[in-house]
Amino acid sequence: MIALLRRDLALAFRAGGGFGLGLAFFLIVTVLVPFGVGPNSATLGLIAPGILWLGALLACLLSLDRVFALDWEDGSLDLLATAPLPLEGVAVSKALAHWITTGLPLVAISPLLGLFLSLPTGAMPWLILSLLIGTPALSWLGTFGAALTVGLKRGGLLMSLLVLPLYIPTLIFGAEVIKRGADGLATATPLAFLAGITLGTVALLPFATAAALRVNLR
Amino acid sequence: MKWSVENLACRRGQLRILEGVTFQIAAGEALILRGPNGAGKTTLLRCLAGLTPPLEGQINAPEDTIAYAAHADGLKAQLSVAENLAFWAAVFESDPDSAVENAIAAFDLQALRDRRAGALSAGQKRRLSLARMVVTGRPIWVMDEPTVSLDVENVARFARAVEAHLAKGGSALIATHIDLGLPNARVLDITPFTKLSGTHTDDPFEEAFE
Repeated sequence: MIALLRRDLALAFRAGGGFGLGLAFFLIVTVLVPFGVGPNSATLGLIAPGILWLGALLACLLSLDRVFALDWEDGSLDLLATAPLPLEGVAVSKALAHWITTGLPLVAISPLLGLFLSLPTGAMPWLILSLLIGTPALSWLGTFGAALTVGLKRGGLLMSLLVLPLYIPTLIFGAEVIKRGADGLATATPLAFLAGITLGTVALLPFATAAALRVNLR
Repeated sequence: MKWSVENLACRRGQLRILEGVTFQIAAGEALILRGPNGAGKTTLLRCLAGLTPPLEGQINAPEDTIAYAAHADGLKAQLSVAENLAFWAAVFESDPDSAVENAIAAFDLQALRDRRAGALSAGQKRRLSLARMVVTGRPIWVMDEPTVSLDVENVARFARAVEAHLAKGGSALIATHIDLGLPNARVLDITPFTKLSGTHTDDPFEEAFE
């Protein structure tokens, strides 16, 4: 499992690996929003939590179709399925690799982008915390969607349609944490929901992902 | 390792392709699978590899003993020859250094070991893909047209690698159209088991995906 994770990370960081794709998209979205909405910092501060979470979510979605598609195309997914590593383990390493190459960089750069969008300083820790807790759910859910559509030509559209509804709870609670943080309200409830969703997906979805892969590899 | 297949029925997608496949392979034996295109060779091999569950019958081989080599090479273009092999050694929990060195020696990849797999020729990729079988350390090799794009010299090299594997008590099932030059290999013609009529539709989940 660690070998697979290390290989996927090495591939992501090498030429053509697609690392930075999600990050660049996140950057573009948040940098462009002030141009569209206007430089009024009160308006920007108001919509910043939603924009930041939406940007992170779409950035995650952008790199999802690579999760299994590349291994499917070159035949290594078949070979992995016949290896001693259970497909559940493959699912976990794939999701973890996706989170490390997509989710984690988004968390790291989010304070800077929060600044661009005039997010109140008090909300910064909540921004980082909510993304840190929430983005693993995006990667795990997305890996499941990628497993469902592996092998389909142009499966990216179908995958987005399947995955986006599943992202909504994370989006709602994630943005709610930042909003409440900005207003100085208690954030424990949405944070607990966010963590609950993440823990639930991390615990359960690898089994669903593996089952979907088994069906698609037949 | 001795293993056998009894009365196996396999499918490809919705189609029931093979029925009543029965054979035995003893330790140190190679079985060559023959049949025209579309006869079901790949279907049988994928079924044996565990990718498609059999419709009927059984495969009497201990768990985790079959290594499968598919049509596709399954290589990562951005990784070097040695890195590709080291990855599979780690996945199959073989000894990372000796397994990789043996595989590199068996398929004469020493000069290429630091080259990216994406920069190899088709035949060199094939050799790397076959070297993966040595790395797995599994006793049963199930191979789907392993000699595609290999030159005469490397077909002989592949035959020697199979012989070395058989000498260690392993066995091999190889689907191929050419003569590999394995002296003691038996030949199994798959044509009598081929069946191309009738569909298999008792699995709604499968239907949804096709």
